[in-house]
Amino acid sequence: MFSIGLGHYLTLAAIIFTIGIVGIFLNRKNIIVILMSIELILLAVNINLVSFSIFINDLSGQVFTLFILTVAAAEAAIGLAIIVVYYRNSGTIRVEEIDKLKG
Amino acid sequence: MIAHAIVFYFFSLIAIVSAIMVTVSKNTVNSVFFLILDFISISCLFIMIGAEFLGMIMLIVYVGAVAVLFLFVVMMLNVAQQKNEWFNSTGRSSHIPIGLLVSIIIFFELIIVIGGWKYKPDLIDSIAIEINTELTNTQSLGSVIYTDYVHLFQLSGMILLVAMIGAIVLTFRQRSGVKRQSYFKQISRERKDGIELIDVENNKGVKIDV
Repeated sequence: MFSIGLGHYLTLAAIIFTIGIVGIFLNRKNIIVILMSIELILLAVNINLVSFSIFINDLSGQVFTLFILTVAAAEAAIGLAIIVVYYRNSGTIRVEEIDKLKG
Repeated sequence: MIAHAIVFYFFSLIAIVSAIMVTVSKNTVNSVFFLILDFISISCLFIMIGAEFLGMIMLIVYVGAVAVLFLFVVMMLNVAQQKNEWFNSTGRSSHIPIGLLVSIIIFFELIIVIGGWKYKPDLIDSIAIEINTELTNTQSLGSVIYTDYVHLFQLSGMILLVAMIGAIVLTFRQRSGVKRQSYFKQISRERKDGIELIDVENNKGVKIDV
């Protein structure tokens, strides 16, 4: 209980990952919260990589976390730009009303 | 050791609660604030277990850039007042129990994997880059990413460049009816474009076409 090991960090990462997935599944409001849930999932992956890196004494996990941070920042920028363009064209970003491809 | 445990439970509790608040919060601005809180507490955990550089980079990149970008977009699109409706959504809401079921299954799968995970005895031999305890975390990361991982480093720079160009191209809008100063047109304007000499006949005047 009081000695914090690898399992504690992995459990924390699993909980945050699951919360991110719940946020993607359950959200009906706007798509920005879905993007934030994706950020939470990437955060959980980062926790996994860093804790493995520390507890196995291998630095390469932290290097990969650095690159995941880069890709996550790029993904957030592009996703938000797409959302801005969509809002400008259709006036809404409610998830229920984004159904242009429904046919 | 007990202090370590107390700090771990404190920060991870804050992280989990704020992650829940990100998804269930009524107001999108509040969601962004809880996202910031989540990132801060996770970066505190990173600093605590000895990955100081990544903790600080998390603060700079996520809190300083990504979360502020989210905040800008939320405020710009005026969606902050759209109420969160997934608790009392009207009709055809069968995705909620299915979503919860899938999430719970995923969670238990992850827990099973964590609980059953053991070190292989020869895992220590397969370490790629051993952490040198004499150097600081920043020093050892820097000595690796500029040598062994330099191609990946350059490639991530290219990804950021492409993302920047893509975001600018997507959101760029050429407005019509806005008068702008065009330096090229100004400089390339010559005398014959602006002045026309006309011989005026007596008693007739000149008709000017503008």
